[in-house]
Amino acid sequence: MTIKGKAYIAGIYEHPTRHAPDKSTAQLHAEVAKGAIEDAGISKDDVDGYFCAGDAPGGAWPMVDYLGLNTKKLRHVDSTETGGCSYIIHLGHAAEAIAAGKCSIALITLAGKPRTGAMPPRAAGAEADFESAYGATTHNAYGMCAMRHMHDYGTTSEQLAWIKVAASHHAQYNPHAMLKDVVTVEDVLNSPMISDPLHRMDCCVVSDGGGALIVTTPEIAKSLKKPLVRLIGHGEAMKGPRGGKDLDLTYSAGIWSGPRAFEEAGITPQDIKYASIYDSFTITVLMQLEDLGFCKKGEGGKFVADGNLISGVGKLPFNTDGGGLCSNHPVNRGGMTKILEAVRQLRGEAHPKVQVKNCDLAIAHGTGGLLGVRHAASTAILERV
Amino acid sequence: MSEVKKYPAPVTNPETAAFWDAAKEGKFMIKRCTACGEAHYFPRSICPFCYSDKTVWEEASGEGTIYTYSLMRKSPTGPYAIGYVTLKEGPSVQTNFVDCDLEKLKIGQKVKVVFKPTDGAPLPFFTVA
Repeated sequence: MTIKGKAYIAGIYEHPTRHAPDKSTAQLHAEVAKGAIEDAGISKDDVDGYFCAGDAPGGAWPMVDYLGLNTKKLRHVDSTETGGCSYIIHLGHAAEAIAAGKCSIALITLAGKPRTGAMPPRAAGAEADFESAYGATTHNAYGMCAMRHMHDYGTTSEQLAWIKVAASHHAQYNPHAMLKDVVTVEDVLNSPMISDPLHRMDCCVVSDGGGALIVTTPEIAKSLKKPLVRLIGHGEAMKGPRGGKDLDLTYSAGIWSGPRAFEEAGITPQDIKYASIYDSFTITVLMQLEDLGFCKKGEGGKFVADGNLISGVGKLPFNTDGGGLCSNHPVNRGGMTKILEAVRQLRGEAHPKVQVKNCDLAIAHGTGGLLGVRHAASTAILERV
Repeated sequence: MSEVKKYPAPVTNPETAAFWDAAKEGKFMIKRCTACGEAHYFPRSICPFCYSDKTVWEEASGEGTIYTYSLMRKSPTGPYAIGYVTLKEGPSVQTNFVDCDLEKLKIGQKVKVVFKPTDGAPLPFFTVA
């Protein structure tokens, strides 16, 4: 069994807001749902599958009710919660459900407002007594990975800075981006140290907002008016300290999710024209590029340097919307926006200054949780038909 | 810092109570599986490697080396250093480094366990050996 080619992304919407003090979280979910439904050219009463994660107030059943979805028709829900990569996992699960005939039009929503409201608390795991006092945050958990990667492979802060530089080159063309100024390697190195060895400009933004997807069958997608984009490979994986044995923080669960997706798609990293790579921090991008096979383990520093990720300049254009490092990071969860920009590239709807020519194969990859502690990863490979 | 940092008391549960009871006596415990021989941390009843239930408590030396660390400089309660220590007995454990110059931490450095009080059982931390 495979999901290759069995599900199409027929509708996308990214909320333009980055700051929403006057809106509720549920309202943002409704606004992105409406946007994706209208982009696809369907009715909300056609939706028969709904997917959401921990950012959806109350979970699936309150959201289904709030959104006014057609409960006579809705027959599949999935509230898999894996942090920032939840929505990439949802995309794969939606394809599985569609391939199995469990639904035919799936809606996936993400929205929230960490800048202007409280974040939903995370449930404690079995490790809580043995870890929570030590203050693992995103910054220092990813800092620990960067520190060890530098130790083992000689990766430098200058090399990490190139990732932010590339994102800023793209963000200058995105009218909604929070940070539109092009920055230099020196700018990144001169920004304040937050959690060693990560500087302020190694970190993503905090933003309100959200996004949504409509995923459907090949037949329905072909009956609609949008360019055809389909999922041809998907992978998911998890990683943690696992009892503390052979701890290695220099790789992520992408080392497993990536090959699963590429194998299903029947392609290799060298075939990819555009890459959406979750960029919670610069080190996140570097490690994931290695894990996905775009370069060898330990050579990510060399790979990202000298503009190699800048569209029109380097070999692997990445995050052409400016990504989490410059554009937005709704609810501190970057998976949804990674899919959205990949679909825009495949549709030819990216900004002309960053649109990749003949973009027919793209990857959207992300992690969720804390890379230096325990996390999930998911990889989606998308094709323009 | 002039004020002593306040750490949260462990909630504890039947599976881990022996760890916290030992901590009150200044002992740092790990679990070892008598079926496969592997030690692990944090403690579980079922061995995470071979799924045997023949796990036993073992007092660890409390000595190890820094696997990695990160000094958090932007915190409302002041800078602190999180990291992992690879224990002499094998497992790596998440911790904070305390009672030492946080600017001079290095991967590979030798460290040893110290306990800090809470309103309940004390918590294990590590300092330069």
